[in-house]
Amino acid sequence: MPIQILMPALSPTMEEGKLAKWLVKEGDDVTSGDVIAEIETDKATMEVEAVDEGKIGKILIEEGAENVKVNVPIAVLLEDGEDASSIDVSAMAAPTPPASADAAPPPVEAPSVSTPAAPEPETAPSDPEIPEGTELVATTVRDALRDAMAEEMRRDDTVFVMGEEVAEYQGAYKVTQGLLDEFGGKRVIDTPITEHGFAGVGVGAAFGGLRPIVEFMTFNFAMQAMDHIINSAAKTLYMSGGQMGCPIVFRGPNGAASRVGAQHSQDYSSWFSHVPGLKVIAPYTAADAKGLLKSAIRDPNPVICLENEILYGKSFDVPQMDDWLVPLGKAKILREGSDVTVVSFSHGLTYALAAAEELAGQGISAEVIDLRSLRPMDTATIIASVKKTNRLVTVEEGWAVCGVGAEISAVVMSEAFDHLDAPVQRVSGKDVPMPYAANLEKLALPSAQDVVDAAKRVCYRD
Amino acid sequence: MVSSKTAANKKPAKPAAAKKPKRALDQPPEFSPEQEMHAYRQMLLIRRFEEKAGQLYGMGVIGGFCHLYIGQEAVVVGMQMAIGEGDQIITSYRDHGHMLACEMDPKGVMAELTGRRGGYSKGKGGSMHMFSREKNFYGGHGIVAAQVPIGTGLAFSNYLKGTDRVSLTYFGEGATNQGQVYESFNMASLWSLPVVYVLENNRYAMGTSVTRAAAKSEELFNRGSVYGIPGEQVDGMDVRAVKEAADRAVAHCRAGKGPMILEMMTYRYRGHSMSDPAKYRSKEEVQKMRQEHDPIEQVRQRLIKSGAMTEDSLKSIDKEVRAIVAEAAEFAQVDPEPDPAELWTDILVEA
Repeated sequence: MPIQILMPALSPTMEEGKLAKWLVKEGDDVTSGDVIAEIETDKATMEVEAVDEGKIGKILIEEGAENVKVNVPIAVLLEDGEDASSIDVSAMAAPTPPASADAAPPPVEAPSVSTPAAPEPETAPSDPEIPEGTELVATTVRDALRDAMAEEMRRDDTVFVMGEEVAEYQGAYKVTQGLLDEFGGKRVIDTPITEHGFAGVGVGAAFGGLRPIVEFMTFNFAMQAMDHIINSAAKTLYMSGGQMGCPIVFRGPNGAASRVGAQHSQDYSSWFSHVPGLKVIAPYTAADAKGLLKSAIRDPNPVICLENEILYGKSFDVPQMDDWLVPLGKAKILREGSDVTVVSFSHGLTYALAAAEELAGQGISAEVIDLRSLRPMDTATIIASVKKTNRLVTVEEGWAVCGVGAEISAVVMSEAFDHLDAPVQRVSGKDVPMPYAANLEKLALPSAQDVVDAAKRVCYRD
Repeated sequence: MVSSKTAANKKPAKPAAAKKPKRALDQPPEFSPEQEMHAYRQMLLIRRFEEKAGQLYGMGVIGGFCHLYIGQEAVVVGMQMAIGEGDQIITSYRDHGHMLACEMDPKGVMAELTGRRGGYSKGKGGSMHMFSREKNFYGGHGIVAAQVPIGTGLAFSNYLKGTDRVSLTYFGEGATNQGQVYESFNMASLWSLPVVYVLENNRYAMGTSVTRAAAKSEELFNRGSVYGIPGEQVDGMDVRAVKEAADRAVAHCRAGKGPMILEMMTYRYRGHSMSDPAKYRSKEEVQKMRQEHDPIEQVRQRLIKSGAMTEDSLKSIDKEVRAIVAEAAEFAQVDPEPDPAELWTDILVEA
């Protein structure tokens, strides 16, 4: 049967074009790859190549024709043994029906307007039960993180740690102290200063069946590795139709430390939380640091663990259990209260808890929620609290614009609007690059007083 | 075995089409008739598949970007002939040929191009983002050079697990100007990782000739020399030369000697993507490559000359290959689009 040569689309947006020139005439033999015509689009002149072998039986559209619609037959190719009499031109007058891909998509049930998100995730299980008599040991966040990695490395040979100064130097912030001695240089790897490179190597190792823990000396340097975190780690599972999971943890101190200036004080909480395909944790206590990091290492997805340098040296009680695992995606109420909900995470809780204490003295009972995970975010716990207190203050060290507090405000407005007795207040870092001078840095960061003031505003007590 | 020293001391070869690229051996070893047939069939499958993909793109059945591999077939087919079970393959977005060479099902590849549910990524990846864990094909990556550290990481996984598997990490000459390539070279050499860097030099990074983009563009195989990575330039239009170089590079990696770079001198006949009119090079240049260096034609001529095949028997192979491609194209057009519910799947692995 003769083959129709169709007017091709030569860009994702082309709908019609000019058939500028025929480079073959009727009766010419052509083989695959031969240039047979030139077509002008709004952007360029393109060559049309033959795909099949045969003889040009008939030219249907003369050269010079303008506005030739894509997919209209422009010529007929005869295969071996066919002649021009086998061409039924009338059958070709009408444009070929569009490919099924162009057909109108079947109606899709529109997702509910209030939740443009995935089907509701199931409520995550809460913290494991701590058996009576379990010893609680005061542990620094630094050691808790180290213990989490060591325990998981003992449990699973495929877990390894890589990063700058993680091995021989014992960690720039001593979080990996002792790991080299116990696990050796093959699993505790000092990398060169090469964030983009080792983030990609980590992703490849995860694709290859390992469970990498990639330490950024600080997350400030992860900006160089952003492409691999987002494009390679977070998106590949989806782009592979579920084949290529990336079980990897990127961890390190995030946000402001002390007097290190704008480039070394970047807070990535909202950046990473923005991305589907990532999980993001930001622990405050040592028990959560340990339990969340252990869960993160076992998780089959890429997890970002945002730590805080100031919290590294702070001690909290950690239950001495064989397997202390804190589930990802579950917030925790650190202090119960009835007048106002204060939501924060990581170092922001330092301000939130101090403010709650101060507010108690003024007769305001604040409920303090530690998000612990930023993505997925346990909005159910926030909303349940807001339904009780009817007032909400969010606290974060990062910038407010498109920040974590902005997201929480939007969710609470959508889902608990009628329960709010006052507009949500956001306490955040000021909208400036982090200054170096001690007084300016203090002004740029939120304070407990900022939280007290915001809480009083939503309680109409200012 | 060519040491890094001798490779580094090679005289630079001109990338001009008329001059044969310098390679390790003047004349690559002959293929057995079986090898010739295998290479012929595989290359032809890629060629016909890509021509059909181009046609379907022209019909609007394939959307977005579509980068064809026509002209470069000998590279991936020759490399593939040198590796074994469990070795990994990773490349950029000009990836259809690599997938076919990995023996991924042409129907699944074409259906991914058309965005259908039977595609390798269920229609969610497209031309540039396709994978097959089963065939050890790790993508299909859309960001120029991002696959280089990832491929190095695959090699790292081999190293840590103590296997003798090798990662074939492909990238174009355009990618060689990305910093992460050198970050990868450094780590791969530092840790002696089993990775063959297959640098497919098709001479144009989109519309920019390699001579306008790369310093010392005539010796890109030397780009790893400061890291102690041996490199060779290979006639990437001759599948025998590719296989011969690949054999040595893979053996080098398996022996624990670390990474190696093979600069494949190749050529793409089509534009960078379907919407590229390729005005940055002359028609004569393209025609010359097609007529004098075509990788498939070279094998065809040898098969006929040796008497291993006749015109007629080759025609029947051509027919078989066309039938496979036609079946793939048919499937890719009748297979349904993904179920709308797929929008929300595969974002996270359920723990």
